[in-house]
Amino acid sequence: MQPLQALIAFAEDSSLAESIRENDILFPLLESIHVIAICLVVGSIFAVDLRLLGLAYIRQPLDRVTKGILPLTWCAFALALGSGGLLFISNASKYLENGYFVAKMLLICAAGVNMAMFHLIGAKDLPRWDGAALPPLPARLSGGISILLWIAVVACGRWIGFTMKVGT
Amino acid sequence: MSVLAEFSKWLAATPLSHTIQTTSWMIPAIQTLHILGVAILFSSAVLVDLRVLRLLQRDVPMPEVTRRFLPVVWPILVVLLITGGLLIIGEPRRSLLNSTFYIKMALLALALLLTAGVQRFVVSPAARDAGRGRRIMAGAVASASLLVWCGILVAGRWIAYTQAG
Repeated sequence: MQPLQALIAFAEDSSLAESIRENDILFPLLESIHVIAICLVVGSIFAVDLRLLGLAYIRQPLDRVTKGILPLTWCAFALALGSGGLLFISNASKYLENGYFVAKMLLICAAGVNMAMFHLIGAKDLPRWDGAALPPLPARLSGGISILLWIAVVACGRWIGFTMKVGT
Repeated sequence: MSVLAEFSKWLAATPLSHTIQTTSWMIPAIQTLHILGVAILFSSAVLVDLRVLRLLQRDVPMPEVTRRFLPVVWPILVVLLITGGLLIIGEPRRSLLNSTFYIKMALLALALLLTAGVQRFVVSPAARDAGRGRRIMAGAVASASLLVWCGILVAGRWIAYTQAG
């Protein structure tokens, strides 16, 4: 067995995973925290993306917008990862068999790649256009792609709930 | 049978309800739109509250932050009422016969009052050169707003777990 599979199996067999599975309150409570976190991640990223697209917040330089908003995004992302991880280990093998779950993970990775591409390519000459109302095309593309990817992440998340029965 | 149960039964028999019930992608699609709306509204409220509490965007003037994030509240609220309304029409008993749903609506009313409160204590011209008491009041309103918004999202998730059989 591969190390990753062994680790997932170990987590699913743990007493923590069992309590999340069995307890009536714990699973919906973790889901609630997960929804709060995801909403903050998506909502705050949208604000930055709209600035990248030159559609909102244009009176402020991009740098100031990201410094003001992204700390919230990262805190919320950590919370989403923690709560999502706990939900995952409660029924790990069932989640891994669910196509929407796998798609959701791949889409989040794609959003990460999109962000890395922006830092590598789009933001290379950032000081030159930081204050511009309309950022150059590569930056606008990053913003647009990001919005589409996160909409797809939310949709997959919701579809997981309709294609597998856990926790109830 | 109670009036609400009667009404739910009537609503569930309407053609629109029937369409939502029998098209398998309809409910998750409407829920996705609903959550995206919640994400925008909730994040806007949180960003304003965190600015009032001086935890984020401290170097951005307060009016700039509220001018950016408060106006989206109303159009997004309309989207939420439409998508939420469609979800009720699709599964009336799930919410209309569910006390969690009414808790969520009460919290929503409270959140809107608190948003108006933030407007009053923070944004109005009189609040600009506000004294200490006014600033403490603004902080209290912002903290309450954060808690109530989280309560709305928790109640929203809990509707699925407390629905009538």
